[in-house]
Amino acid sequence: MIEVENLTRYYGTRCAINNISFQIEKGEVVGFLGPNGAGKSTTMNIISCILPASSGSAKINGFDTFEQSLEIRKIIGYLPETPPLYPDMIVTDFLKFSAGIRGVDAKQISSSVMRVIEKCALKDVSHRITGRLSKGYQQRVGLAQAMVHDPEILILDEPTVGLDPIQIIEIRKLIQDLAAEHTIILSSHILPEITQICKRVIIINEGEIAAVDSLSGLTASLRKSERLSLTIRNVENDIAEKLSALDQVLSVSPGEENQFLIECGLRTNLQDDIAKLALDKKWGIVELKPVSMTLEDIFLKLTLEEKEPAA
Amino acid sequence: MKNSWIIAKRDLGSFFNSPIFYVVTTIFLIIYSYIFINILSFFNMQSMQSGQFQQMGMALNINEMVIEPSFQNMAVILLLIIPIITMRSFAEEKKSKTFRLLLSSPVQLKEIVLGKFLACMLVVTLMILMSGYSIGFLFMIAEPDIGPVLTGFLGVLLMAGCYVSVGVFASSLTENQIVAAVITFGFSLFMWVIGWGAQSADSATGQVLQYLSIIEHLDRFLKGMIETSDLAYYLSFIIFGLFLCHRTLDSNRWR
Repeated sequence: MIEVENLTRYYGTRCAINNISFQIEKGEVVGFLGPNGAGKSTTMNIISCILPASSGSAKINGFDTFEQSLEIRKIIGYLPETPPLYPDMIVTDFLKFSAGIRGVDAKQISSSVMRVIEKCALKDVSHRITGRLSKGYQQRVGLAQAMVHDPEILILDEPTVGLDPIQIIEIRKLIQDLAAEHTIILSSHILPEITQICKRVIIINEGEIAAVDSLSGLTASLRKSERLSLTIRNVENDIAEKLSALDQVLSVSPGEENQFLIECGLRTNLQDDIAKLALDKKWGIVELKPVSMTLEDIFLKLTLEEKEPAA
Repeated sequence: MKNSWIIAKRDLGSFFNSPIFYVVTTIFLIIYSYIFINILSFFNMQSMQSGQFQQMGMALNINEMVIEPSFQNMAVILLLIIPIITMRSFAEEKKSKTFRLLLSSPVQLKEIVLGKFLACMLVVTLMILMSGYSIGFLFMIAEPDIGPVLTGFLGVLLMAGCYVSVGVFASSLTENQIVAAVITFGFSLFMWVIGWGAQSADSATGQVLQYLSIIEHLDRFLKGMIETSDLAYYLSFIIFGLFLCHRTLDSNRWR
């Protein structure tokens, strides 16, 4: 559905994105992940036909975002970082305007606006001026504006930035509901958000793609070492030493109360050995489990790996 | 065209929601009315005098002595006021980041430019029509010739169209509304006074400068003449301004 090939964009002499390629299938929910200034917004701006690319191409349903942008703009809904609200307009009027300008048939404008007001839970504020709404509601009006013409593709640039935790949960839930019917591209620098909403992640750093994979795939491929967590009842002084003595154990660090984090090489039957040791010494195993890498770890690892050679 | 109208309608709504329109229109009408009353009372005084000297009455013409100078003065006030009306067009959209909404919608850039022009133009037309009360009043107390009045309105509208076109273009150059207003005012004023150079320049250059002057073309409209060259000047001025605006917005995306 969306094909991006060797996309490059310069602002003056500064390279914002460099040779980015990826594909997104219909119905996917894809997350763009990267620190601020990584090129997430630029990529989204190019896909939504706002900016032309310096080189390379982006195609949606076979239409080029530069050559045939009008066709594309009919089927995308875009929510920029700052919701594009006219501060002096009433919510309903603003949504009617967005519907009109997005090409909704005049007769269907009212029903479309009603639909998004319902979906985004804007009923209580539908007669208020957008400039006076709280940030959370503004974001929701922004989202309503992006989906008022029922687009196939929703492009959401940091939809939860600047919201309080409750609002974040609400918006997230809304996006999850939308995921059933739309292809969604979402950007964020907040990691748990991506893990909760997206099936696939594209990690962008300094204008280049650091990784494209499903969440589980990413975690697996990046793991060069495994981590185990051992919790026991009877703590002795020399536990760490004894664990370190085992084959393939790289390091042992104490975790929370009675817990040890064991870093070890891949594909060993280390669990057996640890369990045996614990039984022999009567440590009393409470828990022994693998610790999967969080997206935070992956992210840091990827971005740090990128930086190290440069430094 | 439908899209332009949607954009224009939204802009008009925001004009009428904000105090700018009311303040500007009020000031415009007050200044215009004051000038009109003065012109009228001067004409009145002359009429009284001509009652004493019979031969002077021949020269008294309400079209030439009241309506024409009123329009000329209106043109000056419009020069001061139109930059305030046009300055928001694109500058505000860019500042409040709403321009992306328009850019990501299935609307062509030229439709956006046209919509913005249309909105400002309608506001200015409304103001000019409101000032028309004064001439309506003249029709109640005297018998002016309607022809020059209508061509006068047309001329003033076309001239205002040039200011608006410059204003919309200036607004596309910057995010700052004040900068946009100053550019509009400066450029419009320059196009106004450019004809003054005609006296000191040699005859060929002088003619060109004279032709370029925005006010030069208004005179014939006020006298009741519609000349193709004047129409061509105003229309091409407007179209050129909008064209530059379109190019500016388009090139902004590449930077």
